[in-house]
Amino acid sequence: MHLNGNAHVYGDDIDTDRIIPGKYTKTLNLNDLADHVLEDLDPDFRSRLQSGDILVGGSNFGCGSSREQAPLALKAAGVSVVIAKSFARIFYRNAINIGLPLVEIPHHEINSQDEISVDLESGRVVNETASKEYVGTKMPEVMISILNAGGLASYLKTNKNYSI
Amino acid sequence: MGKTIAEKILSKHSGKSVSAGELTIVMVDGVMASDTTAPLAIKAFEDMDGNQVWNPSKVTFVIDHASPAPNERIANLHKIMREFAVEKGIRLYDVGEGICHQLMIEKGHVKPGNLILGADSHTCTYGALGAFSTGVGSTDLAGVMLTGKTWMKVPESIKIELTGTLQQGVSAKDLILYLVGQLGIAGANYKSIEFCGEAIIPLSLDSRMTIANMAIEMGAKAGLVSTNGLKLGYSFEHLEPDPDAFYEQELQFDVSKLEPQVSIPHSPDDVRNITDVQGVPVQQAFLGSCTNGRLEDLHEAANILRGKTIHPQVRMLIAPASKDVYLKALRDGTAETLTLAGASFLTSGCGPCVGTHLGVPGNEENIISSSNRNFRGRMGNRNSNIYLASPAVVAYSALQGKIADPRYAMEVEPECI
Repeated sequence: MHLNGNAHVYGDDIDTDRIIPGKYTKTLNLNDLADHVLEDLDPDFRSRLQSGDILVGGSNFGCGSSREQAPLALKAAGVSVVIAKSFARIFYRNAINIGLPLVEIPHHEINSQDEISVDLESGRVVNETASKEYVGTKMPEVMISILNAGGLASYLKTNKNYSI
Repeated sequence: MGKTIAEKILSKHSGKSVSAGELTIVMVDGVMASDTTAPLAIKAFEDMDGNQVWNPSKVTFVIDHASPAPNERIANLHKIMREFAVEKGIRLYDVGEGICHQLMIEKGHVKPGNLILGADSHTCTYGALGAFSTGVGSTDLAGVMLTGKTWMKVPESIKIELTGTLQQGVSAKDLILYLVGQLGIAGANYKSIEFCGEAIIPLSLDSRMTIANMAIEMGAKAGLVSTNGLKLGYSFEHLEPDPDAFYEQELQFDVSKLEPQVSIPHSPDDVRNITDVQGVPVQQAFLGSCTNGRLEDLHEAANILRGKTIHPQVRMLIAPASKDVYLKALRDGTAETLTLAGASFLTSGCGPCVGTHLGVPGNEENIISSSNRNFRGRMGNRNSNIYLASPAVVAYSALQGKIADPRYAMEVEPECI
């Protein structure tokens, strides 16, 4: 799958409380989550975000709580893919499990509003604005299969079990 | 090559020998979800075309994060959990019974050497029993409810050897805050930490839970406390690492000179000696959470507040970790001592730690809290400041109206300081 969008760049250690505050997590309505995404980090993010845009973080993106509402809020708001220097473990699994693509690039220079294109199969990321190209860390096969299935629920619905 | 404790437990649950770095499919001994994560897990389970859960006796639900329900939306999520639990034959701990992690250990859902997954990041708390336990999201949890298994990468391990003896007024919380400060919020990402050494041996189960609980604040997948010295009401196998096990890092700390520690806003790893932050005024003091809401913690606070009254500009909130903890505190007079000192008791559960209700702070207010996270907005208001500390620091700061060193509480009258 090929994705294109403008970058919204934040720093290191963006925790899940800042991605979606705990007080908004108790819902099954994904639009409610989207309405408050990154609210405590950047109150204007939601209004600036265009569907298909790309969120870019530094290291340890998504640290903190295990709330799956964090990747769900980003996906529901229209974020197409998250790029970061590294991801916190639980967030990484959660995002793939709900079908939000992630690309880990240990060193990147991406600025807000840079135009980014991502090829998920190869992990190739191009910063079109700065004419720079990166290759993301390869995901384990099981995660690629889960992501290709659209998430863990449809993966298990079809396969009934895990295979690695 | 010998095995670390994590490699031993994960090998046993893989049905084959596995080592750090390998992907494996593991059989899980039990799962837990709270009211923050169970409703989404139920939805995911249904999306998987799930019918019966793999083993109802190994699934536990707890209503603790927003408990009792503060509004109709959350009340209806609780209702979904209760209905699912009845239909599938799952044990559900309802309003007021306590915090999920406390109940998992207190009610015997976890045993040493187990592999437990919980849809809550502080599931690592069960490392206090020598169980490999880790947090997952709702959909991963649903996958285990369906299959009894999950896939996992066997983590590399970090060994932290703790020597010496904690001085009076310094507790397991100060120790783990210090370590979080040293390693940093990503210092153990994807790793399993093994805590061992002579300083661990005298620690109670309550204290060991405090240490294991905050392993996630260093990004760790699990935090295994050596079971050396651990007393449970039953006999169990003490798992030791092999002498030639490989550790990615081996660290040693002498705890003897450690002073009370305080994590300052807005990250748990921004940790200072109390002497550097004492005097900061506080408006709210919170004693509770899966980190420090146990009987030992309430005793610590009562010893400082007995016969005294908290500062008039401070409100002190206490949420016992479980109904059992609360009942013991009622019976031994601890609850009366703390209430007479001016504290208010909340329903057993997560209380104000997760920012949903029961004590949301106002703008520019400072909170001294015995909980585990002080991310901006954590307690429900991005314009407030959360300081993390031990129960003794929380109690003594409530008395003084400012962050204060509890070692003084044992020597001189507070007004003399």
